[in-house]
Amino acid sequence: MIALVPSTLEEALEERAAHPEAVPMAGGTDLMVAVNFGRLRPPALLDLSHVKELKEWRRENGTAFVGAGMTFARIARELQAFRPLVEASRSVGSPQIRNRATIGGNLGTASPAGDSIPVLAAYGANVLVASRKRERLLPWHEFFVGPKRSALEPDELILGVEWSALDAPGSFAKVGTRNAMVIAIAGVCVQLDPAGRSVRVALGSVAPTVVRAPEAEAFAAAAISWDEPDRPLSEPAIAEFGRLAAAAATPIDDVRGSAAYRRHAVEVLARRELAWVVEDWSR
Amino acid sequence: MSVKERGGIGQSARRVDGEPKVTGEYAYGSDLRTENMLWGATVRSPHASARILAIHAEPIRHMDGVACVLAAADLEHAKTFGLEFCDQPVLAEDVVRFRGEAVAVVAAETYEQARLAAASLVVDYEPLPAVTDMEQALELDAPRVHHFGNVLRHVHIDHGDPADAFADVWVEGYYETAMQDQAALGPEGGLAVPAADGGIDLYAVTQWIHIDRQQIAPCLGLPEEKVRITLAGVGGAFGSREDITMQIHACLLALRTHRAVKMVYGREESFHGHVHRHPSRTWLRLGATHDGKLVAGEARLLMDGGAYASSSPAVIGNAATFAVGPYEVENVRVEGTVVYTNNPPCGAMRGFGAPQVCFAYEAAMDELAAKLGMDPIDLRLRNAVKTGSVLPTGQVLEGSAPLREVIERCRAIPLPEEAPVAGRDAIAYPGGAGNVSRGESLKRGVGFAVGFKNIMYSEGYDDASEATVSLRPSPAGPVASIRTAAVDYGQGLYTILAQIVRTELGVEQVLLEPSTSGVGSAGSTSASRQTTMTGGAVLMACREIRAALGNEELTRPITRTCTYHHRATTPLDEHGQGSPHVSFAFVAQRVVAEVDEELGLVRVVQVATVQDAGRVLNPQGATGQVEGGTAQGLGLALTEEIQLVDGAIRNASFTDYLIPTILDVAPVVTEFVEEPELDAPYGVKGIGELATVVSTAAVVAALRDATGRTLNRVPVHPDDLVGIRSEATTSGPAPVPDVPGQKSIPEYLGLGLGQSMLMKASDT
Amino acid sequence: MLIRATVNGAECALDVSPAMSLLTLLRDELELTGSKNACEQGECGSCSVWLDGELVCSCLVPAMQAHGCDVRTVESLATNGDLHPVQDAFLAAGAVQCGFCTPGLVVAAADLLARDPHPTDEAIREALAGNLCRCTGYQKIIDAVRLAEEAIA
Repeated sequence: MIALVPSTLEEALEERAAHPEAVPMAGGTDLMVAVNFGRLRPPALLDLSHVKELKEWRRENGTAFVGAGMTFARIARELQAFRPLVEASRSVGSPQIRNRATIGGNLGTASPAGDSIPVLAAYGANVLVASRKRERLLPWHEFFVGPKRSALEPDELILGVEWSALDAPGSFAKVGTRNAMVIAIAGVCVQLDPAGRSVRVALGSVAPTVVRAPEAEAFAAAAISWDEPDRPLSEPAIAEFGRLAAAAATPIDDVRGSAAYRRHAVEVLARRELAWVVEDWSR
Repeated sequence: MSVKERGGIGQSARRVDGEPKVTGEYAYGSDLRTENMLWGATVRSPHASARILAIHAEPIRHMDGVACVLAAADLEHAKTFGLEFCDQPVLAEDVVRFRGEAVAVVAAETYEQARLAAASLVVDYEPLPAVTDMEQALELDAPRVHHFGNVLRHVHIDHGDPADAFADVWVEGYYETAMQDQAALGPEGGLAVPAADGGIDLYAVTQWIHIDRQQIAPCLGLPEEKVRITLAGVGGAFGSREDITMQIHACLLALRTHRAVKMVYGREESFHGHVHRHPSRTWLRLGATHDGKLVAGEARLLMDGGAYASSSPAVIGNAATFAVGPYEVENVRVEGTVVYTNNPPCGAMRGFGAPQVCFAYEAAMDELAAKLGMDPIDLRLRNAVKTGSVLPTGQVLEGSAPLREVIERCRAIPLPEEAPVAGRDAIAYPGGAGNVSRGESLKRGVGFAVGFKNIMYSEGYDDASEATVSLRPSPAGPVASIRTAAVDYGQGLYTILAQIVRTELGVEQVLLEPSTSGVGSAGSTSASRQTTMTGGAVLMACREIRAALGNEELTRPITRTCTYHHRATTPLDEHGQGSPHVSFAFVAQRVVAEVDEELGLVRVVQVATVQDAGRVLNPQGATGQVEGGTAQGLGLALTEEIQLVDGAIRNASFTDYLIPTILDVAPVVTEFVEEPELDAPYGVKGIGELATVVSTAAVVAALRDATGRTLNRVPVHPDDLVGIRSEATTSGPAPVPDVPGQKSIPEYLGLGLGQSMLMKASDT
Repeated sequence: MLIRATVNGAECALDVSPAMSLLTLLRDELELTGSKNACEQGECGSCSVWLDGELVCSCLVPAMQAHGCDVRTVESLATNGDLHPVQDAFLAAGAVQCGFCTPGLVVAAADLLARDPHPTDEAIREALAGNLCRCTGYQKIIDAVRLAEEAIA
């Protein structure tokens, strides 16, 4: 096995083009599990952890960009303005994992249980990928094509993810059977967009990819009194919202949880989170 | 400061082996290394039941770094081993009986090469029908795991006659407990070093050096004296290190290659490589008079022993004798069966059958209390055994049994204040780090349960422990040393032994020599027996030394070796009557839990424990056992389950086999009742298992109180708490098998008798 | 490939294969067996070390990524034969039973107190949520952190 260790983005893209069989790696928290278990013996590793360009984030003209190499620990510390993303980051693994695991890893692994992905979907984020030849900006739903499958080409690397900053309340929550260190059985992000008079709802771990819940979103957008933030939503409206969110889930039974419970959990989390964000907005 | 203040009995003396553990210097089996050593790896069956058609070892022998490949055909001596019966092949011959069974072993220069070689070995199998359900195993046309059928042992207890009992009220319930894993953090591991005399030096992880040697030596064709075992540091056990795991394999490879061989299991392999806690199904009926006096109990108990016997016969014996709880019940019938299946083998795990039945009888007692309109704790008090009570086996409880006091003191522990519903830190809600709550739909529940089990071995085993104590003069004052083969795998035995010596000999400096097979057996570190047995031997030796010294000055070394035996017990007769246990210990727990009723998530708020300990020799160590034992029972209640589908473990990793984290446990308030035990050194009773026996039942009782749900199965899933999954159902008690009597079937057939004969007292 | 790293203050030049984990490097090449392997997948924290001052699971760090870095393990805590206050606190509080989780927990606890000298109960539990212990039930581990907090202050 050979190791490729570029120190700039340009070098990384050159290496990626020259060695498409090399497995890209940043924090290694997903990859090393497979390597340690002997399930993965890649012919080459492309170590991206030294590429500075990937480890930055910025906010310019209302657009936020987070580099693929940002760890969840740094995101939790530095992106305080994006509360759901912070909540999702804090829920990842353990402190040890958060110090190494990157948002690029979540994107690259493309698991529907990736904790940051529902938030990015709720943000309507675009994934920025690049090859030596060009850059592409893929809407999140075009990037994630199936369970652990993305639209990344063999000569491409993920540079990061960007979205239009909303500056409005949002929330992320995930359910697991234990109180810490769990892979989500169900995850929900609810994000308000008062300026756009819309609500974004994204679901994780309950479909082959992270999905939005458009009917629930439309219902909530109509139910919220956008001109009267102090006016709370009625209980029946919140309940209906939860039902519509759950209806957008297509979960399976697996070793971590049952489909029925997953659907139920989505309904409960969606209800709670909508109530929370509306209450937070009213303040 | 006098010795007694610094580190004698009754003090929370610091661990004698603590410093190397905090610095990282303590050497566990997986840390050992030596020059020129090979690494061993194991090839395991992917089938629950299959015929082995061919093992293509030859190509593997030529792989990089491979020094040796062994399969059953290469074994020249004894080919089976086992704790009670030698029914388990060292390497599978002709058939495999569980998914994960060892089929071949390889030795290679590096760990990677050994793993790759093992992964590359091709074995041709013909899959056979497998029996993977314990009730299916009882059916006459079920596939047979062994040629003599699937019943390993059936225990029948008849005391009075429940049919004759006049009960005003009956409750009837069905209860299931899942397969649990000990999940000791320190994996199986050790080093086998061939010796110039043709023997072998083995440094390995175990709970009982001598029983390992008894099984290893015949498989190597060596006399026991040539199998020299030194205990390596053990990273927890809880029953999973009682059975042989890698020891015979490593020794065979070492003798064949004439080089040292190290074998360590990774976590996934570890799940497959050791025995688990028996899953169980219990059908229980309790009958009482209208004023709450129990008059009848009927239990049908079924346990899944998996493919090989391990200690299953003893587990079912134990469980059957505890099946109606620590209560005076005049009319009892218990039918307890442990069956073979093609599931992974089960054996010892902390509690040894008692946790499973405690879950059942305490659930039934709560139901009975509700039906009687009686306070559940008063119902326990009304029926609690005491010294002099007669147990369902006819055994008179001669020793101390302060169960009433245990219950009353537990009830009296103040309840924790209710935390405010709103405004907590996110992780202080059920669901922890997931940020799922701001206090919605929280419901508090309080549950109470009592439990008991035997201390030390049972049913006629002549259990013993040998220890040697030496006292010698030195310029800095007298120094004592202890030699014992006993294993301290973390529970603190060595510290207790040092405390005993300090107190008895008035000596500050106490050294513990390494535990090896070069001294007499100390028996197993299990059954909460070591403080009594090895502590007893050390105490005897100290007293002999004091007697020998008299009033004289110590001018030369004095050494005494003593063997401690507990008082005799008897097997169960054909009615399940006898005096099978030496000593009993009792425990009560009250659990306060919060349930998020909408999400079905749980936060345990407080566990209050009162335990009957005889005499507490190290308070900090004792509470540590209660806290750790509680966490293991809490795990079975809420999150721990080996998920089996057609004999395959689906969750053989810490990602999906979920043991409690620090966010899953709650403060434990512990008190001890110290009523000295009869005939025990200092009146002690072992501590280790009792909290695990009762905590599953207590946690689930709290959840029932919070939600009103039946919850007759553990682990409880969120699905159960929110009502998505309904209670476990049954079509009726499993049929009672037609078997010759109380003994294990292999014993009746005179099959490959192992330790069960060697450990029994002689019949004369 | 050759990497250079500072391990417990000593500069090392080491030959590593790309798939080798930092844990394997520490245990097998450098014979620093204090960090333990209990799960190989970052679920138990018994392999916790500091990499450039950050708490990580060394089983999940490819050894080659330690190149140019400062690595500190449990073996770096005791100095001149004196235990670190966290180590002493674990012993005084009875927070050590089998000890297999102890090195990882000692490192994680020392890391917490270095960053947050007076943590809340929640902060302690969140900081140690990545370290599994099977023996103690964690109560005395929390006690040990409080004891160490006092000793360090």
